[in-house]
Amino acid sequence: MAVTRNLDKDKMVVVEGSYSVAHSVKVCKPNVISAYPITPQTHIVEDLSQFMADGEIPNCEYINVESEFSALSALVGASAVGARSYSATTSQGLELMHEVLFNVSGMRFPVVMTVVNRAVSAPINIWNDHQDSISQRDTGWIQLYAEDTQEIADMTAQAFKIAEDKDVLLPAMVCMDGFILSHVYEPVVLLEQDLVDKYLPAYNPEFVLDSKDPKSFGAFADPSTYTEFRFLQEKAMEAALQKIEDAANDFHELFGRYYGGLIDEYETEDAEIIIMAMGSIIGTIKDVIDARRSKGEKVGLLKVRSFRPFPKEAIKKVVKNAKVVVVLDKNISIGLNEGALFTETKSCLYNTKIDVPVVGYMIGHGGRDIPVGTIENIIDEAKGVISSGIKVESQFTDVREELI
Amino acid sequence: MKEIRIHGRGGQGSVTAAELLAVAAFADGKFSQAFPAFGVERRGAPVQAFTRISDRTIRLRSQIYEPDYVIVQDPTLLEVVDVASGAKDDGIIIINSEFGPETFKLDTKATIMTVDATRIALDIIGRPIVNTVLLGAFAGATSEINPKSIQDAVKERFPGKVGEKNAEAIQKAYDMMMEAKA
Repeated sequence: MAVTRNLDKDKMVVVEGSYSVAHSVKVCKPNVISAYPITPQTHIVEDLSQFMADGEIPNCEYINVESEFSALSALVGASAVGARSYSATTSQGLELMHEVLFNVSGMRFPVVMTVVNRAVSAPINIWNDHQDSISQRDTGWIQLYAEDTQEIADMTAQAFKIAEDKDVLLPAMVCMDGFILSHVYEPVVLLEQDLVDKYLPAYNPEFVLDSKDPKSFGAFADPSTYTEFRFLQEKAMEAALQKIEDAANDFHELFGRYYGGLIDEYETEDAEIIIMAMGSIIGTIKDVIDARRSKGEKVGLLKVRSFRPFPKEAIKKVVKNAKVVVVLDKNISIGLNEGALFTETKSCLYNTKIDVPVVGYMIGHGGRDIPVGTIENIIDEAKGVISSGIKVESQFTDVREELI
Repeated sequence: MKEIRIHGRGGQGSVTAAELLAVAAFADGKFSQAFPAFGVERRGAPVQAFTRISDRTIRLRSQIYEPDYVIVQDPTLLEVVDVASGAKDDGIIIINSEFGPETFKLDTKATIMTVDATRIALDIIGRPIVNTVLLGAFAGATSEINPKSIQDAVKERFPGKVGEKNAEAIQKAYDMMMEAKA
């Protein structure tokens, strides 16, 4: 379970979520930043540009580009020569990067990128859901999701540590909910430079582009070798499962804060109803769970921090004794009528002896607000699943019938 | 936990007011959270911003539907927005207006208070920027926050003479609200 931050109150300042991320990037001492501004990611790159202009990020190049495609392409070159590389984007910008995302992961460059989650057009919508990053789940990037501004600040440093680990060497998306976290002002401990220096070693890759010692990256692989590249990427993801836990534990030891590793649990031990979700909705769910627990209802929360690699074993362990699992998704695979976390949770329970009903809700699309009442209704429906079985396996939440 | 909803028009600094309130509340020893209603901000369009203040860490991320306090920066909003929507019966709605509270017939049991923030802003700051002035009125009307914390937050955000003038206007609005309550 997450370790409370109240002890840190004297170190906290009230800043915007985006600023806390930009600050974390700064103290991680990147060598190259390349990003293209897009709502709601803009404040992060504005803050980083200001740090650059003020000379606060030494030994770093900020490359201005004309698109997100170029931003990430620039980091392919930067990372190849051994530079710690960072970008930030969202929505349409991330989709434009799609081709380059495979290049970065295929060449095993540990680029870290903040994804400020936003809905995807059309229709155009600048508000939050997870469709943008979920749509990139098969690109070979680690994907981590944060519940509040402190976690996103802390997770940024953790992501560099995980990605650059020599047993991993995979790029990482650090995902935060657009506006809900990027534009919120709340108390946060800005990462201390001296502690980050202890936490995050310098990036010294074994293989770099060097004219004195020429090598190729991402060169031709014919059918006799291509499979092995994919196999090794999958192996690296498997290694990342442990490294994500380690990075969280090391962080806990040094900074005193812990938000879970691959997952986090809240009131799950004896829970009959377990809600699963990712991102900023977690806080609201915890408040609802506290209220339900005070009435004696056995409700718990399984927060998924790492969506890639997908924490199958950790999830199985938590849900195996529940009476119903309820999965909330801010995304949909159109044509399947399921969100990705729901589909994959069901998938990892299949071919096992665990027999727990799993139901899914697609929720909060395009920034649709998620009030407490919506979570309350979902819990009430879950009680119905326990008493009389699954009636609807996966459904949209809060559909406005009058508009259809 | 106390929940505050600020109504304004794009360009009037509603979001800034919500943020400054969060900074000031934290300086008072509370936990706080401020966020905009995430509209597509256009100058003049109705906008909302929210602040939560609590003795404990704030986890709730939904918008605010049942505010303890409502701040209305522009009385013309009352024609287009139900500013009293969901306001708690024992809550307070503070409206920037030259007229008294009895002028406003809102469908609410919450207490309505008015302050001529535009006049205060014109007299002291020299421009009709009322967001910080209304925070002073908020401190006076609700006693939820130390006016000095608001003044400090404003002076930090707007250093120099602008901040000083704002601080003076905040004090004036605070004093007027304290008098109105007495």
